Amino acid sequence: MLTLSHVSKTFNRGTINEHMALDDVSLHLEPGDFTTVIGGNGAGKSTLLNMVAGVYPLDHGTITLDGTDISRLPEHARARYLGRVFQDPMLGTAADMQIDENLALANRRGRRRGLTWGLPKGEDEEYVSRLAELGLGLENRLGDKVGLLSGGQRQALTLLMATLTEPKLLLLDEHTAALDPKTAAKVLELTDKIVDEHHLTTIMVTHNMNDAIHLGNRLIMMHEGNVIYDVRDEEKAALTVGDLLQKFEEVSGGELANDRMLLS
Amino acid sequence: MLTALSGAVSQGLLWGVAVLGVFITYKLLDIPDLTADGSLALGGCVCAAVIVNMGMDPMFALLCSFAAGAVAGGVTGLLHTRFEIPAILAGILTMTSLWSINLRIMGKSNVPLLKCDTIFSRLSDLTGLSQSTVTLLAGVVIAGVTIAIMYWFFGTEIGSALRATGNNEQMIRALGVNTKTTKLIALMLSNGLIGLAGGLICQSQKYADIGMGTGAIVIGLAAIVIGEVLGQLMPGKLRSFSSRLISAVAGSIVYFLIRAVVLQMGMDANDMKVLSAIIVALALAIPVGMRRSRQRREYTKGGEA
Ligand SMILES: Nc1ncnc2c1ncn2[C@@H]1O[C@H](COP(=O)(O)OP(=O)(O)OP(=O)(O)O)[C@@H](O)[C@H]1O
Ligand SMILES: [Mg+2]
Repeated sequence: MLTLSHVSKTFNRGTINEHMALDDVSLHLEPGDFTTVIGGNGAGKSTLLNMVAGVYPLDHGTITLDGTDISRLPEHARARYLGRVFQDPMLGTAADMQIDENLALANRRGRRRGLTWGLPKGEDEEYVSRLAELGLGLENRLGDKVGLLSGGQRQALTLLMATLTEPKLLLLDEHTAALDPKTAAKVLELTDKIVDEHHLTTIMVTHNMNDAIHLGNRLIMMHEGNVIYDVRDEEKAALTVGDLLQKFEEVSGGELANDRMLLS
Repeated sequence: MLTALSGAVSQGLLWGVAVLGVFITYKLLDIPDLTADGSLALGGCVCAAVIVNMGMDPMFALLCSFAAGAVAGGVTGLLHTRFEIPAILAGILTMTSLWSINLRIMGKSNVPLLKCDTIFSRLSDLTGLSQSTVTLLAGVVIAGVTIAIMYWFFGTEIGSALRATGNNEQMIRALGVNTKTTKLIALMLSNGLIGLAGGLICQSQKYADIGMGTGAIVIGLAAIVIGEVLGQLMPGKLRSFSSRLISAVAGSIVYFLIRAVVLQMGMDANDMKVLSAIIVALALAIPVGMRRSRQRREYTKGGEA
């Protein structure tokens, strides 16, 4: 489904801030793989997702999605294949536009936009039923500005928008990190449900080792721009937080895992 | 006095088209576009040149004004999107170069239309109404049609993508929209309308002047903020898109009424620009001040509630 081969990215090349964020990463995702990604701050997790999404140009390597080489496509052109949810709940939705307007924008992801009406009457029904599945009562608030919603509601809406037209690949970058524990659990539950229902190939970055273990069928650990651990299926299911911490200590040379990883 | 006021309303309506142009960049795209001063004068100069120097139809001249303004907006847009020059600077560059270009187009700094036909003189001949009545009625129709077209356009798929670009650029790019293109379209449309307004103003005042666009951006902003205040005074706080557009034109009319009144009271026309700037600064500052004082008033130490 998704194949990265020898992907490298160095930021600020040639300056004192030069930093290699991805170091010759190769990775292959099978269709339907739900991969969780863990690793310390600055390990290159977000950069990995951003390279797939086309936020920055590649230095090196190729990215193929479902047989198509997308390495050189600009961000907006890759959008037709990708659903994305960001860490910051503000980033995924347009605050000054209504819930139904946001959904209508998402419903046209990757399609040519023309001069037909942007929010046709008939689409409301579909939006109401999809919103109802979230179980947040948003189905009665179609005309509300998104800016009025809470962070958790906005993140759930973004998740729905990302999957409204089925993406080939769903990219989640710590999409529950900014939410309180209860809301985070709810959004995570929705994520699992949506991914499962639509059999979406998914990459989810998280700092929560429990979530990383309990969700999905595959787990990778990143460190200093490299994928240093890659497990799937039964082997993954058998993992414990202790195993992961130990693994992390090995690679970071005995240094303790960072606070965020320990706490979660 | 009454004729002065009716003249001010007509002026407000014709300028309203330019205000709607400024509304697109300032309110919808969140880009302060300084091309406006240049593109308004450009619209006027092109209009005069097409009518006087080329002897063409005044209606066609307006089309040229719109197109010229759109091209100017396109230049700013390309400088901003392709070459990543900050929007304000890109606008200043285009505006500055338009001064020279406008002089070249007209050949001199002021071109009177004299006995040439304008759309207003034509309509006046056709209906037998006075020139000023015709200007007023035509102004209402032109502003109304512009609002209707904008309402339609910003409701379409492309128009929605444009509004979203101003609202959350990263999000709409993740939804497959090339935000460079949407910004370019918005800047072209905005300056096209401003150019069209320049052409209309030229025909109504029967001359084009190299300085006619100076301060257009501030007039546009003043009209928009006055319109917003008016909108808030209305019952039910009109927030829909169409009422925001109507408010902007209403703000333009009020601006020119204020202007007519203070001029009648003996103020020097040249002092009008400082007054406009003060209006904008006040209108932007007052809501902030009101919020602060409300926060101070609502603050309680707790316990007594
Ligand atoms: N746009 C950028 N410009 C310069 N450096 C960057 C940029 N984006 C990321 N980096 C650097 O690349 C490295 C990897 O960053 P990245 O955001 O991928 O880490 P991460 O694994 O997502 O970390 P976190 O858990 O903190 O989100 C970091 O050292 C970061 O400073
Ligand atoms: Mg990150």
